[in-house]
Amino acid sequence: MSLLSAQNVTKTYRVGDIDVPAIKGVDFAIEPGAFVAFVGPSGSGKSTLLNMIGCLDHPTSGTLKVLDTDIATLDRHAAAKFRGEHIGFVFQDFNLIPVLTVFENVEYPLRMVQKWPLEKRRAQTMRLLAAVGMADQADKRPDQISGGQKQRVAVARALVSQPKLVLADEPTANLDHDTAYRILELMKTMRDEFNTTFVFSTHDPKIMGEAEVTFTLEDGRLQDGGSHA
Amino acid sequence: MLDILSIASRNLLRYRRRSMLTLLLIVIGMVAVLLFVAVAGSFKTMMVGQITDSVLGHLQVHRKGYVASIENLPLNLNLRPPVVAKVEEALKANPAVESWSPRVKFGGMFSNFAETTSIRINGIDPEREATTTPLLPGRMTEGDKDGALVGRGQIVIPQLLARGMKTKVGDTVVIVATNRDGSVNGKTFVVRGIMEGVTGPGGRDGYIHIGDARDLLRMTEAEVSEIAVRLKDFSQLGKVDAQIKQALEGVTNKEGKPMLEVHDWTQLSPFANIAKMIDLMTLFIKIMLVSIVLVAVMNVMIMAVFERIREIGTIAAIGMPPARILALFLAEGLMLGVSGTIAGIAFSLVAIFGINLWQPTFNFGMQQNLVMAPTIAAGDVLTIAAMVIIVAILASLQPAWKASRMDPITALRHV
Repeated sequence: MSLLSAQNVTKTYRVGDIDVPAIKGVDFAIEPGAFVAFVGPSGSGKSTLLNMIGCLDHPTSGTLKVLDTDIATLDRHAAAKFRGEHIGFVFQDFNLIPVLTVFENVEYPLRMVQKWPLEKRRAQTMRLLAAVGMADQADKRPDQISGGQKQRVAVARALVSQPKLVLADEPTANLDHDTAYRILELMKTMRDEFNTTFVFSTHDPKIMGEAEVTFTLEDGRLQDGGSHA
Repeated sequence: MLDILSIASRNLLRYRRRSMLTLLLIVIGMVAVLLFVAVAGSFKTMMVGQITDSVLGHLQVHRKGYVASIENLPLNLNLRPPVVAKVEEALKANPAVESWSPRVKFGGMFSNFAETTSIRINGIDPEREATTTPLLPGRMTEGDKDGALVGRGQIVIPQLLARGMKTKVGDTVVIVATNRDGSVNGKTFVVRGIMEGVTGPGGRDGYIHIGDARDLLRMTEAEVSEIAVRLKDFSQLGKVDAQIKQALEGVTNKEGKPMLEVHDWTQLSPFANIAKMIDLMTLFIKIMLVSIVLVAVMNVMIMAVFERIREIGTIAAIGMPPARILALFLAEGLMLGVSGTIAGIAFSLVAIFGINLWQPTFNFGMQQNLVMAPTIAAGDVLTIAAMVIIVAILASLQPAWKASRMDPITALRHV
């Protein structure tokens, strides 16, 4: 069974009196444990699609199922709960909380969303920090570490609650090439270790080659059914 | 909850200077209000104490219509002995009443054999008056303060009159008065003492023994103009006032209508308006405190939400429920309010303690160098503390609500 499936999904935004179609009837399916990239130029609809997969937005029409749940049926509260339980996020700008240490940033979803008991969440946080190679930086604040390290912490935060799916919107856009490759390698390693499905977007042709399955978006339409590396 | 408070405290420390300034505003507001309540309360208590304990008593019982004509001191509205007995019976039956004192009041002429002037005479039972208005003997500026305030054949005259008539302690004077039937009678008295007025230099109240008053007015029975009542607990005034009114409702005239009226001190003294003014000023100071806390906390929380829009988007995206985001920001407001309240109370108590050590003095009417001894009741502290904390939470509500309702996508795109 697919982890993710989209059937004729569209998304149209209303800007003033004008309807602006962002996604124009896409169909795809993503299997569990896949390492998938949505690629395409800016404005092609990558972020819109990732937002819908992440239950941050609803399709205008069509059916988008994540873990067999039609996301159109989720209200704001249910969507938040669903995200907390099943989806991890990695952001282009890392989005770490500046007043918290690296450890506390990774621990945050377990503490504030999942409400894990103290000992269990500390062990899980340290496990993830060790997995991304940041255990020795646990007490530092985000402004005391490099961009690559911040994204490692962000990956650890996305994985700490053991989600089935991690979504990363342009996770390497703010990193140099070497660091970007290392982050993608890390994501792949994490996928192997935790059997988590990774879906990311990028417009960088060098990075897109790292994906095992690539969907190309152009002007809101998928150009292929998902090419396999 | 502890997790939310822990994260909230970290967020407050994020903008340390801003949080400290907001705290400072709350602390200054708290100190201002608590000090004002303590000092004004002390002044009010002293003022009310002076008026009730040296002149009026806490309550007074009169014949109906007497207070409306009190300027004339009408003798035809005196209480006759059977009615006085009924009043005393009702007062005796009320355990909240400490003592009462019957008085005969009338207007007369005061003569030192060379000059004559008007005077208001209070005929009192000195022993009972001393228990009902215990500060009355303390107002005597000249004459022996020990022993009964007045004996038979003695008079205590007001300071103003003594100066104007050049009368000293030990002088013989004459009081001339018209009785209820219109006949005039006079009686000589020896000046026992000179008394300062409680409400300023205009006091014209003299004191003689109630027996002398009845003799002078040629009363054939023990009439009483008013009965001053002192309660065991002044704070029970309203309740006891109602009880006594109810108890005396049954004392009726020939037409079957109630013939007595009971007034508390606030209905008998214009100084009650000053007490009300102090209460009003306290209320306005409290409103100012509420405004300060409201504006300070709301400002800091609006800024906090505005500056953390992307962060709000992030925590919303990773699945933090809207209610928990709301709680996080409310907790920040709550912590500001609680910290400000604790610091404000601590500084206020230190300041009140300092004033009590310093012992500043003030004057009230003819009373000089009254020592200001501010105190504040635990109830007042708790009320003001609760008010500040509630207002701090309310001030955080709108920004917190806005944060919890924020669309994660829009928030994440915010630059």
